[in-house]
Amino acid sequence: MTAVKEAPAALKLSDEQLLEMYYKMLLARTLSIRQRLLQRMGKGAITYSGEGHEAAQVGTAFALRPGTDWLYTYYRDIGVVLTIGMTPAEVLTGFFATRDDVNSGGRNMPSHFSHKRLRIVSQGAPVATQCPQAVGTAWASKLRGLDEVAAVYFGDGATSTGDWHEAMNFASVHKAPVIFVCEFNQYAISVHYKKQMAVENVALRAQGYGMPGITVDGNDVLAVYEAMTDAVERARGGGGPSFIEAKTYRLVPHSSDDDDRRYRTKDEVESWSARDPLVRFARRLNEMGKLDERREKEIAERVASEVDEATELGEGGARPDPESALRPVFVEEKGS
Amino acid sequence: MAEKTMLEAVHDAMFEEMKRDERVIVMGEDVGEGGVFRATEGFVAEFGPNRCVDTPLAEAAIVGVAIGASLNGILPIAEIQFADFSHPAFDQLVSEAARLYYRSNGTWNCPITVRMPYGAGIHGGPYHSQSVEAFYAHVPGLKVVCVATPHDAKGLLKSAVRDPNPVIVLEHKKAYRLYRQELPDEDYTIPIGVAELKREGSDISLITYGMMMHHSLKAAETVHEQDGVSVEVIDLRSVSPWDKARVLESVKKTGKALVVYEDNFTGGFGAEVAATIAQDGFDYLDGPVTRLASPDVPIAPFAGELEDFILPNPEKITTAIRKLASY
Ligand SMILES: Cc1ncc(C[n+]2csc(CCOP(=O)(O)OP(=O)(O)O)c2C)c(N)n1
Repeated sequence: MTAVKEAPAALKLSDEQLLEMYYKMLLARTLSIRQRLLQRMGKGAITYSGEGHEAAQVGTAFALRPGTDWLYTYYRDIGVVLTIGMTPAEVLTGFFATRDDVNSGGRNMPSHFSHKRLRIVSQGAPVATQCPQAVGTAWASKLRGLDEVAAVYFGDGATSTGDWHEAMNFASVHKAPVIFVCEFNQYAISVHYKKQMAVENVALRAQGYGMPGITVDGNDVLAVYEAMTDAVERARGGGGPSFIEAKTYRLVPHSSDDDDRRYRTKDEVESWSARDPLVRFARRLNEMGKLDERREKEIAERVASEVDEATELGEGGARPDPESALRPVFVEEKGS
Repeated sequence: MAEKTMLEAVHDAMFEEMKRDERVIVMGEDVGEGGVFRATEGFVAEFGPNRCVDTPLAEAAIVGVAIGASLNGILPIAEIQFADFSHPAFDQLVSEAARLYYRSNGTWNCPITVRMPYGAGIHGGPYHSQSVEAFYAHVPGLKVVCVATPHDAKGLLKSAVRDPNPVIVLEHKKAYRLYRQELPDEDYTIPIGVAELKREGSDISLITYGMMMHHSLKAAETVHEQDGVSVEVIDLRSVSPWDKARVLESVKKTGKALVVYEDNFTGGFGAEVAATIAQDGFDYLDGPVTRLASPDVPIAPFAGELEDFILPNPEKITTAIRKLASY
């Protein structure tokens, strides 16, 4: 694994941007926790959490241009969509499946994000189907002579699928400006990565497709940001796709339906909690003199009140009209 | 007016759409060299390799990439070399293309066209002969057309390209070079979901599509000459959506319905047609709603004797008509 030592100056991140990163990470964490609580209170049927993945998610998304570059996320990517600009309320209306839920109007499962203006493309649930689609969107940018790139997110389990392989190969053959981001959290629900692949670092495979692959410490937001910035620049410059493997760990069960005590030891979870990306980044910022206690408290309060407000909005949101379930199967009018 | 085969009609439809709208591209296996059926002959010379694109041999990617491109200003016509090989792309078609619009509550739509040569009768064996329309017609969000004439192929393919929804165009490959038909010189489209009356009659409504439409017309001619039975032949042309109103109107007139399809009997698309007639046309009926289809074996065994035994043909249709007429 490569880790960036004194990255911030070289990465040209201002103090403001560094604190913004921290804010987004804390927001993602807090909102994930809130959703789990609400689910346990019986206020939603299911939730997926991004806890533990914040550095991988925020660090990659921070290198993209909201509303210009394209995102194909998966259910874990709360930190990605918040960084790109979705509001906590837009996430929670998905959780509550309200009528005005921007993701799907209560049609798709929660955490299957969609936001047209921000170019976050609606997601299905079959693992890795988003991969070839992201390649298509990126390839279209190239065909049209645009400098827009696409980023596609998935877990380690997804790298076993045919769609993932077909997407990696197609992307490389056609030099599509796409960045594959693998949030390598070591488990696909209960299946350990050693049963998923016979290599230690899946980024190794990238070479076989003819694209650069890099394994980064996915709990180090600046290391992730640096890798992503390189990949995005390469894509924009006509250099084609890249693969980023961000080594991380999901700190909570796969979903609210999962009991991870059946397949993970307490020790293992604790050892990764000690490497919590959020705590780590706070400490780092503190050492750099960018985040004192007062700032940290301010950010925490801001996040708490935003999450409270969003919860109220989501919970109070109008319920879908039952008969609207019949629509919209087809675009009725001509032209798109 | 020029005389064209169905294959030429398919070629011309794509060619003209690409001329009309520069967002339209074709992509698939071997399309750069003209494709195995030569539907894209000359396209690279005319439009260049960026609009007539050879893809890797990967059907899920062909459809998945087409979906993604369609969200970013491209109107892809994806070619699946044989409908039998659409199965690797089933997930992308069924879980993704079909559901995208609904699951995003109408914010993302997917204007792709997926062409697939389908059907038996060409000694293609069990992997170059399948009828796949029932799989896809079952799925809300996909439009599915089945064409078997030059005129329909051109008009419906153009409609598919211009449709803002995902459309699967199944082209019966035995009809590709079956005969020539005069086609209008000017641009025309045929609306998806509208059946066509191919022969008027008063005793029996025969509802069919694809290659079976040609066989059914022959059978209708035979029983007309030999038995004086008047058969009305309706070509559905589209199976999703399909023209229920036109079918029921015909059954109301004749009182009898025979549904002929090439696919396996069980769960084939004709089963849906028959069930609809039984439920919504019950009051009109003077006989059992009858289905004629291939038996439930993999379509189609390779040897000529075996394939001929399996598939419906004019003789089998004639027999079925006679039986129903005498009811
Ligand atoms: C094709 C497919 N098979 C099975 C599932 C059920 N499923 C949902 S998530 C998941 C595990 C995915 O693991 P991974 O890709 O590593 O991502 P992670 O959840 O660990 O972030 C499985 C098996 C699915 N959604 N799609």
